[in-house]
Amino acid sequence: MSMQQTLPLPGVAPERTGGYRTDHLLVADMVRPGSRVLDVGCGDGELLQLLESRGIDGRGIELSREGVNGCVAKGLAVVQGDADTDLVNYPDDAFDYVILSQTLQATRQPKVVLENLLRIGQRAIVSFPNFGFWKMRLQLLIGGHMPRTENLPASWYDTANIHFCTIKDFVELCERINVKMERAVALDLYGRPVPLNLPWWVWNMFGEQGVFLLSRGGKAK
Amino acid sequence: MSNVRPIPSPPMSSDDRAHEADHPSSLVAKFGMDQPLKLDCGVDLAPFQIAYQTYGQLNADRSNAILICHALTGDQHVNNTHPVTGKPGWWDTIVGAGKPIDPEQYFIICSNVIGGCMGSTGPASLNPATGKVWGLDFPIITIPDMVRAQAMLIDRLGIATLFCVVGGSMGGMQVLQWTAAYPERVFSTLAIACSTRHSAQNIAFHELGRQAVMADPDWRGGRYVDEDTHPHRGLAVARMAAHITYLSDAALHRKFGRRMQDRELPTFSFDADFQVESYLRYQGSSFVERFDANSYLYLTRAMDYFDIAADHNGALANAFAGIKTRFCVVSFTSDWLFPTSESRALVHALNASSARVSFAEIETDRGHDAFLLDVPEFLEISRAFLQAAGKARGLKDDGQS
Repeated sequence: MSMQQTLPLPGVAPERTGGYRTDHLLVADMVRPGSRVLDVGCGDGELLQLLESRGIDGRGIELSREGVNGCVAKGLAVVQGDADTDLVNYPDDAFDYVILSQTLQATRQPKVVLENLLRIGQRAIVSFPNFGFWKMRLQLLIGGHMPRTENLPASWYDTANIHFCTIKDFVELCERINVKMERAVALDLYGRPVPLNLPWWVWNMFGEQGVFLLSRGGKAK
Repeated sequence: MSNVRPIPSPPMSSDDRAHEADHPSSLVAKFGMDQPLKLDCGVDLAPFQIAYQTYGQLNADRSNAILICHALTGDQHVNNTHPVTGKPGWWDTIVGAGKPIDPEQYFIICSNVIGGCMGSTGPASLNPATGKVWGLDFPIITIPDMVRAQAMLIDRLGIATLFCVVGGSMGGMQVLQWTAAYPERVFSTLAIACSTRHSAQNIAFHELGRQAVMADPDWRGGRYVDEDTHPHRGLAVARMAAHITYLSDAALHRKFGRRMQDRELPTFSFDADFQVESYLRYQGSSFVERFDANSYLYLTRAMDYFDIAADHNGALANAFAGIKTRFCVVSFTSDWLFPTSESRALVHALNASSARVSFAEIETDRGHDAFLLDVPEFLEISRAFLQAAGKARGLKDDGQS
């Protein structure tokens, strides 16, 4: 959840549309106007600024001091904190949406974090790098070593990303903890939606990252 | 032992300070017998007065007022030459033209706390019932009492809602008390290097200071003014001990190390061989020029009693339930008097209340005193927070709405 890990695409400059990052616009479009949003791992606050420009009441949590101070200097309501330890301090139903952008794989307990997101928020928007992306598979299959890509350049021994998963893994976790997937989008290297009208299991091969809009399911299994 | 120089007596007479206690070199709001200050200890204090300073102009909508709450040994002279010491205002790092709290933009108010010694009624003031200085006959005051008195001043100034309440340390406690007691009257707050309750360690340091004052034979059971003495040695020792808590090991090492004061070799005596000793003695002796010993006892006590959660059924979140105020909480990495963990506890409570809160920890080795110093990152965050809050409040850059 340091700023480096929070920026979805540390290696490749993300595509921008009208000054905003395309992947942020996609997330922002999932949020109903006038709602309350908590952005967990908000980094430099760019997404929060976009949300606030749309009249959304946004709050942020960020681990890195530089990230927090930069956000506060932008006038954003951001506190220093850790997704693994600090989400428990938020009451149930405090927000309409809780966003976890490119951070799930860096948490110690992704399942607990995900459960907390949907306890604090009515809905959660979660994005993460897809370890099932064909380039990743190829590196492991042919090269025989842990994959490194433009956007995930760290070696296995110094990466903060300790819980990688594939889109398929994530979908299975959601089913397991009875989380409803309302929308799922795969993004390419530049944060653009993959222009394929295909089910998510195909995206598991071709999506660099997955973005999911989640809500609480019915009774827990 | 031949070369011991005790803490010197203050170079100036204490008359200037004594005069300020009743006749401050600032504005004064007087409250008569019909407007008592209802103190937590059960006493109705009347008459009483509040000494205050203002800077800048109140706009037509009365929406640009910032109340600054001073720390333990501060006063209302935030941004002007001090009438007793002749030194610049105590917070001119953050207040002034072009600074984050700019009089061109905001109407800035700072009042001496009740119990203080710079013109607001306190133990150094004359007790109208006896014609003598109050001394220990003055009732015990609390942080909520200070804020209640400030609220009466703000009423007197005709201001319904403060744009921001700002303060560090004991000032930060008042900021939090303002939001807990008058949430609808506070649009935003900047609470710096403070806590929602005074820790055991901090109470212990305060007790040390109080005992130093009381152990001075010149204290005379608090009646030193009547007996024409002043416990300047005890008060100086109290200040020296407290001053250490405002700094950090790293800051002391950087500033002084083990360097000698005006000599190359130790004198094999108890003289101030080390620069750090000389510095502390100077801090002690310059403090007693401007501060009343009994006032020091009362104000440290007020901080000790502070515990917002205890006043709200033990749960901090209750104090801020449903609050609309915008909070900015700031702590400093090297502050061990009000460590970041205290600010974090406050932030958790504010989150639980769904308050709009920003929280930044500033990296510095300058200890608790960092809030009074030129720490650019802190000043930048303060400026940005106030600007964003001003925008939400509908203030323009010139303070007009």
